Amino acid sequence: MMRHLRQQGWIAGLVVLFVLLFISAKLIQPSYGAGDFGSLARAALPFAFAVAAQTVVVIAGGIDLSVAAMMAVTSVTAAALMAGASPEFALLVVPFVLLMGFSLGALNGILIVVTRVPDIVVTLATLFMLQGAALLILPAPGGGSAEWLRSLIVGTVPLPALPDNVTAWFPKALLLLVVLLGIVWIPLKRSRLGLSIYAIGSNELAAFRSGVPVARTKILAYAFGGLFGAMGGLALTMSTGIGAPIPGPYLMASVAAVVLGGVVLGGGKGGLLGPIIAVFVLRLARTVLTLLAIDPNVTAIVEGTILVAVVMFGAFIALRSRPA
Amino acid sequence: MTISPLLEANGVAKNYGAVAALKNASLSLLPGEVHALMGANGAGKSTLVKILTGAISANAGKILVRGQERDIRSPAKARLAGLVPVYQEPSLIPDLDVLSNLRLTRTPVEPFRNWVRELGVPDLDLRETARDVPLAIQRVLDLARALAVEPDVLLLDEMTAALPANLAERVLDVVKGQSRTGRSVIFISHRFVEIAALCDRATVLRDGETVGVVDIEAGVEERIVELMLGARIEKQRVALKKAAEEAAAPTGSTRIAVRNLKVGTKLQDVSFDLRDGEVAGVVALEGQGQDELFAALAGSIAPDAGTIEVDGQGVRFHHPADAIAAGLAYVPGDRTEALAMQQSVRENIALPFSAAFRNWGPIARRRENATVQSAIERLQIDTRAQREVQRLSGGNQQKVTIARWIAADARTLLCFDPTRGIDVGTKQEIYKLLRQLASQGKSVLFYTSELEEIQLACDRAIVIFGGRVVDILPVEIADEPALTRAAYGLPRDSKAEVGILADIQAPEARP
Amino acid sequence: MTTSTIASQQAPLGRRVKRFMSDYPLVPLLALLIVLVVALNIIQPGILNQRWVANTVKFAIPLALLAGCQTMTMLTGGIDLSVGTAATMAAFIVATQGAIHDPATAMALALVPALFIGFANGIGVGVFRVHPLIMTLGTSLIGIGCLQVYQRTVIASGAKVPDFLIWLGTGVTGGFPNALLLFVPVAALLIFIQRRTGFGRLLYAIGDNERATRLSGVKYWQVILALYMFSSLLAGVMGLLYIGLIKAPSLSLAEPLVLTSVAAAVIGGTSIFGGRGSYTGTIVGALILQVMITLLTVLQMPEGARRILFGAIILTVTAAYLRIIEDR
Repeated sequence: MMRHLRQQGWIAGLVVLFVLLFISAKLIQPSYGAGDFGSLARAALPFAFAVAAQTVVVIAGGIDLSVAAMMAVTSVTAAALMAGASPEFALLVVPFVLLMGFSLGALNGILIVVTRVPDIVVTLATLFMLQGAALLILPAPGGGSAEWLRSLIVGTVPLPALPDNVTAWFPKALLLLVVLLGIVWIPLKRSRLGLSIYAIGSNELAAFRSGVPVARTKILAYAFGGLFGAMGGLALTMSTGIGAPIPGPYLMASVAAVVLGGVVLGGGKGGLLGPIIAVFVLRLARTVLTLLAIDPNVTAIVEGTILVAVVMFGAFIALRSRPA
Repeated sequence: MTISPLLEANGVAKNYGAVAALKNASLSLLPGEVHALMGANGAGKSTLVKILTGAISANAGKILVRGQERDIRSPAKARLAGLVPVYQEPSLIPDLDVLSNLRLTRTPVEPFRNWVRELGVPDLDLRETARDVPLAIQRVLDLARALAVEPDVLLLDEMTAALPANLAERVLDVVKGQSRTGRSVIFISHRFVEIAALCDRATVLRDGETVGVVDIEAGVEERIVELMLGARIEKQRVALKKAAEEAAAPTGSTRIAVRNLKVGTKLQDVSFDLRDGEVAGVVALEGQGQDELFAALAGSIAPDAGTIEVDGQGVRFHHPADAIAAGLAYVPGDRTEALAMQQSVRENIALPFSAAFRNWGPIARRRENATVQSAIERLQIDTRAQREVQRLSGGNQQKVTIARWIAADARTLLCFDPTRGIDVGTKQEIYKLLRQLASQGKSVLFYTSELEEIQLACDRAIVIFGGRVVDILPVEIADEPALTRAAYGLPRDSKAEVGILADIQAPEARP
Repeated sequence: MTTSTIASQQAPLGRRVKRFMSDYPLVPLLALLIVLVVALNIIQPGILNQRWVANTVKFAIPLALLAGCQTMTMLTGGIDLSVGTAATMAAFIVATQGAIHDPATAMALALVPALFIGFANGIGVGVFRVHPLIMTLGTSLIGIGCLQVYQRTVIASGAKVPDFLIWLGTGVTGGFPNALLLFVPVAALLIFIQRRTGFGRLLYAIGDNERATRLSGVKYWQVILALYMFSSLLAGVMGLLYIGLIKAPSLSLAEPLVLTSVAAAVIGGTSIFGGRGSYTGTIVGALILQVMITLLTVLQMPEGARRILFGAIILTVTAAYLRIIEDR
């Protein structure tokens, strides 16, 4: 019971933080409104998928250092395939890339299970390998993406019943995020596979003794991580229109947002909602700093400090409640 | 007409690298039988159970269920074959609630609930997170889960080890009930009392082999211990009792005075003295505050109220380092709490020496060697100092835990159930050592869940119930029935029938 | 009471080899190093000369220094991802301050941020019990941000790397890189700490079973604080050496080496879970990686293929090593 309240409390806190930041933005720049919210959502999209990928793996008790590289390789694959191709072809490219992400993630899991090498080291190795693969596919940023794909995240959702100034607050990017993550995560969480993922993160031995197929579950957890990573890669191609082989700063951001989202690094606890909100909070914080015309370099300091402060605070709380 | 066995294991072998955990183990189980699996630590009991329940795979051997050979290579397959274990560690997933745990293992909910009630746990909230459920109840839930799937063979590994006597009783009743319905139980326990009350036969393992199968009848303990140890061991009990009687009037000064100590939620108000030169036993049912008492004396937890005086001076411990500085050393019963398994015996023994900042520098090797070696010899630890601790048997590991504080020359040892899960031979050695320490003027506070040990090693018994000291018994009258009665909070002259021990008329000769 | 069954005399050859390698873990590592060097010679005969060896060692030393930070922290079950930042900051500051002050002052100033980072890490991990991965990630973010701000303020004064550092980093005397003058004492110190000091014992013990150390009187926060400050200081020193090697200050000088340093420590046999590992193995691990990098360059593969191979080799070596060491 208490545990539920604590978790909801954390998420509620994040939402409050977001609202406060939004109000601050509005105060600094009164014209800050729905349109900016839309660009916020678009900017946050790849980060959100990266975080989703990391969250699934962390809940299963692992970690995935190859997240950003996964995004890069799926992004360049999509861009390379769609370059100069027909819009109809792009309809095939999307499921192909998603399947690719799923398989690559599964590969991570298989390697971890078969070699018994710790996940940090395996995903470190696959980080290098996926980076290399991305460079082989597209040595330099390029490729293209279908128009209709890009339009999926630009603009707002035209809900028929509501007036324009209300629908302005529903950016398509946000809808896409919610729908894609929701379709996969909500049934997963309720299923026995989802329970198994939480189980192996919570206590792998107990899970094994309870008859959970640990190896298979772990592989699937990483596979779903890869799937979300592929969604992130597609989001990158959709928003930039091209593919870039060098991975962006999504790894650090994913780990940070997972922690800020209230998901314990040890696994077995937490959900997807917290980290996603955390991503938006971080992005908005960055925007507020930009609006304040603060040196962009300082934003790195501020982000780092926020991360450290929140994490220390969270650890402090955990310490107080833990019996000696 | 011979009844065909329900379960048969033949020629089971398991190697871990060069070490053979099992060489030629066999087991035969009749339907409706409660069968004890016995053996010293390291004999292979746990390994055999893990093989029978699919947790690990054997290198050789056959397992037959109802005469048919079965391939049991995973817990799921074992379950299908009707073999369901309840391990010593709770198997509930800590971060999931009980209901999710049931869903995960496809356990039918209603039968589970019925069994839970039958086992003496009235109100269970299925929505409660497993982590928040008390340990003893978790074990009962594990048992209920196993029973709910109606297994043909139930394997219980030290089922009553962490249970308070009332729950333990229910468990034993339920186990008896299983056998009446034609189902069988394999029962691992170190407690002869339970085995005598419950089991029909016993298989004894030694060094990975089955060395004997005996019927359980009066006086069979001697034979079982012989089989377990491979030699005849003397009845040390009388000799030790004499030693206890001699030291029964402690003349040493008061080493530790505990007054009105309150720690956490369980320890309410405890006062007693510990004198130099005595071994004081602590007796309590599970969860009466003894954990908290020891933790406070060890410096792990700060008390909420009350005082601790060491050598007449009041002390406040903020960290185990403070307690150690005052000469109090804590020996946990759980070796995994005390030992760094991958490090060597030497490093484990010498660990306290490096703790303080001034000792972070280069190590004085020769001096350390001498200290460590003498501790190893004194405790007769069967190994070299370089060996990795995890390769030692459980009994030797426990000895290393104690050796650490012998080497550090601790004046007071706080031993919390040090002989749990230890074989008989090593237990003897530990009792002897404690008495030796007492005769050298050191003091020992000795908590045990096996009441017979009190008369084997202690000068008196401090009984705690409901977080308070309810009685302090001199060793002469501190036999198991008396201790049990006191542990339940009953006055000394009470003749109430309490627990399974109440049935015993005369003290049995037990090694 | 006898211990578990003693192995029979007729243990099969394979098993005996495995146990030998498990007891002397350096042997398979050195064997691998030799194999790689031989392969290199086969692919490009004649490459093995004095100059190549000196060059490889010159570049392996900074990696080995950072990997030393990882070895130490990984012993306690931790990790230090802020070493790249500490090193880069030291490098950048010594270069920019070298234009204003004398070398000694510049070097001292350069190490100050490293001390701060180490202190922050130590408090975060030791007192607040934040996961080391997160804590060191956070401090590295803060450090990079501070460095970026610092860069804007000194952009006018230009950079001068002290000559001593250039001599140390790039110079070769009698076929031996001068960097060895720094590295050998540092390596000896690290090995001594691990094997012969109480502090080293505590690192292993904490990584193995922290609760047991507490019951033995060890104060976790003290050890961890000292550890992470030492690690950052070592990284700072590496930065000083590295700028002497690279000679051109940049904001991401040592960042690419961070993950490689983790790889070097892991290949060298340090367990990421703690309680096991040694610096001697790490040194060989760093050498192996450095030779590998040369090998991949010589093979003239495109950058992408090189990275794939790099990752694959890290994985295979670690997996094989694990099989040998942990005979379960």
